[in-house]
Amino acid sequence: MIAYLLKRLAIALATLILASIVVFAVLEILPGDPARLMLGMNASADQIELLRDQMGLNAPLIWRYLHWAGGLLSLDFGRSYTYSVPVIDLVRERLAVSLPLALIALALSTVIAIPVGLFSASRRGRAGDTISMGAAQLGVAVPNFWFALMLIYVFAVWLRLVPAGGFPGWSAGIWPALKSLLLPAVALALPQAAILARVTRSALIEVLNEDYIRTARAKGLPYRTVLWRHALRNAMIPVLTILGLQFAFLLAGTIIIENVFYLPGLGRLVFQAITQRDLIVVESVVMLLVAAVIAVNLLVDFSYAAVDPRLRSRS
Amino acid sequence: MSLLEIENLSLTIGDTPILRGVELSVAPGEVMGLVGESGSGKSMTALTVMRLLPHAARAAGRVTFDGIDILAATEDQMCALRGDDIGMVFQEPMTALNPVKTIGEQVAEGIRWHTRATRADAEQRARRMLDRVGLPEAKFPLSRYPHELSGGQRQRVVIAIACALKPKLLIADEPTTALDVVLQAQILDLLRDLVAESRMGLLLISHDLAVVTEMSDRITILRHGEVMESGDTARTLSEQLHPYTRQLALASMHVPARARPHGAESSQPLLQVEGVTRDYAGRRVSLFRRAPDIRAVDDVSLSMAPGQSVALVGRSGCGKSTLARMILALDRPSSGTIRFRGETITGKSEPELKPARRDMQVVFQDPYGSFDPRQKVEKLVAEPLHVLEKKPTRAERREMVAHALHEVGLGQGDMDKYPHEFSGGQRQRLSIARAIITRPKLVVADEPVSALDVSIRAQILDLFAELNHKLGIAYLFITHDLTVARAITDEVLVMHEGRIVERGKTSEVLDHPQSEAAKALVAAAPDLHRAIARRMQEQG
Repeated sequence: MIAYLLKRLAIALATLILASIVVFAVLEILPGDPARLMLGMNASADQIELLRDQMGLNAPLIWRYLHWAGGLLSLDFGRSYTYSVPVIDLVRERLAVSLPLALIALALSTVIAIPVGLFSASRRGRAGDTISMGAAQLGVAVPNFWFALMLIYVFAVWLRLVPAGGFPGWSAGIWPALKSLLLPAVALALPQAAILARVTRSALIEVLNEDYIRTARAKGLPYRTVLWRHALRNAMIPVLTILGLQFAFLLAGTIIIENVFYLPGLGRLVFQAITQRDLIVVESVVMLLVAAVIAVNLLVDFSYAAVDPRLRSRS
Repeated sequence: MSLLEIENLSLTIGDTPILRGVELSVAPGEVMGLVGESGSGKSMTALTVMRLLPHAARAAGRVTFDGIDILAATEDQMCALRGDDIGMVFQEPMTALNPVKTIGEQVAEGIRWHTRATRADAEQRARRMLDRVGLPEAKFPLSRYPHELSGGQRQRVVIAIACALKPKLLIADEPTTALDVVLQAQILDLLRDLVAESRMGLLLISHDLAVVTEMSDRITILRHGEVMESGDTARTLSEQLHPYTRQLALASMHVPARARPHGAESSQPLLQVEGVTRDYAGRRVSLFRRAPDIRAVDDVSLSMAPGQSVALVGRSGCGKSTLARMILALDRPSSGTIRFRGETITGKSEPELKPARRDMQVVFQDPYGSFDPRQKVEKLVAEPLHVLEKKPTRAERREMVAHALHEVGLGQGDMDKYPHEFSGGQRQRLSIARAIITRPKLVVADEPVSALDVSIRAQILDLFAELNHKLGIAYLFITHDLTVARAITDEVLVMHEGRIVERGKTSEVLDHPQSEAAKALVAAAPDLHRAIARRMQEQG
């Protein structure tokens, strides 16, 4: 068990280091000189050279990588060119919006998907299954920004239940802040829930054909009890795998959704930083997202061991 | 009065009739044997009693258990019966237990459900039941998971689940088919004791006539969903009035007619195995430590002459398959050498092995799993041809495949079919055709008939015998089934815990075993003659 966990941890760290090298290298080979960008079109060659020196851009590549990576470890991400504030402050402020949004969306998609998957699997081939899987198919097919616009139209414009966009900040109180995150979370969660429901259904159907389900039925347990107690836990492994992968898509999804709902989150920060060539910010946020995805998948690996005793074989 | 009474039971799935007018009864304390070949409807009969049939199945007739009309009972009534008054044991112990729950949870679950006992009480009863089936607390605490147990131990857990609440009727569907003969004898003993202890009725389902004869008081013979014959076991099988009963009995004792074994004594041995040992690295106990190596094969030497047929027998896990893999150069020995046709094959690279591979082929146990379902027979049977020196043209290839199919009793027209269009026996013929297409000198057959019904098995044994005579192919049969060894081999090697503990002429070893391991195998092997004789004697 310990060996399994340590191995997973080592793989996660190696992935993180590799990812940091890739992120650094990609931004290195991109055309465009940050110093020239900062000083504008009219700067003289001397001025640019001076700034390059100040920014450490003339140092050897490997040294610059180590400097950057060391900075990341001590949470010193450098300064943003456009905002002229430390990147860490920007990130902290935006994370207060994006992290709750992603977590609410993740929780929402799980809470929707698993019961729907259970329902569908237990009624395989019947009307309930066909209808819910049809809905799931639709959920997969509809792009989330269009869906977000429909949500705004119905709940914000027409019913006037929630704001159509913007974020009042956590200082305005928990409820107003949560209210403005609700629609974006639903818009993010539903397509994910549709995929997850399909995966849950097919994993369950596979498990329901296993011999041990018949053994459980032969004990006299009603079908519903067998479904919850015996089938669901065995079907969790593929569901957890997809859940881990979806987290990455949720993060990517925030870039679009935050723009639709005008939320000051990480997604919008990245989007703006890219359009303004604020490479330090892009680098930092991309690394942060990479780290988050790796951490979530590490968590998924650990939860496999919690679900499946065969992975924590005793000595 | 009968405990279970099945009258005029018919069953259809979709438009396919599965059972037709089945009649069967089990009295308290009685063992009823239900025999038939695969597809005869044995399991469907059992599932009807449990009402665990597939959705599309429709049953008609009458099934009465202990005064309750089973076919008319509500699902709630059935849930109350299942696991309490009727227990069921299934064929495949490796998959019958939930892998993520401890054996304690799984045995206690039914007890808690039916008796509303507290967790502690239910676990105590589960503990007693596991002790009863031979899984003592010291070695098998309730906290064990199924993957930590062997097949025989898992089947004991399944029996403990089924018998935890002392059912009036136990249905055992091929409970020992997946186990080796020694384990089979132990499990059958356990079932017999449980029947005697509480006057439980037992419906024992099996394709193995010898097992059923040893166990049951009465017997019902099923074919294509219809009862062929039923009655007292000893009388039914000694008189063999019904032609199908006779056919089954003959097939299960079938010995192919074999000409004198080939193998000119003077010639050079075909295969020589000298002091071969295979160690596997022990499992990792912690980050820095491993358990000691496991020795799967321990200093084995043997020699086979051309055209000779040799059986390698032993219990499951004794190392016989590992030895076979090394002979086929699919695995490397840790030490020792293997010579094939006088040439050393150990330690050679894949290209160097090519000539040797031409002359040795393999037939596996499962005729369903060993073919790619999306390829046609022509391609599947021609597979080994890539080891030939000169690549055959398409026309030559078809010619060779047609010839091989002809030799195993299949037609040329079968070449363009897919595997699913063949029955189990025909598929095993296909794997034999695939094995002989390169005209090998040696065929290694790993339990080649144990997945087949008795009548088909007799045909396949005949085919092996015929090809041995006609083509002079030497066989190494790996099996735990002594009737196969007796039917078709000249010599037998008995393997136990990685070593060969006894060897000699097949009839001598099987009639007068010397080693403990061989004695245990012979004593445990079900034998129809012996079983009938004993039944007759008991009844006077």
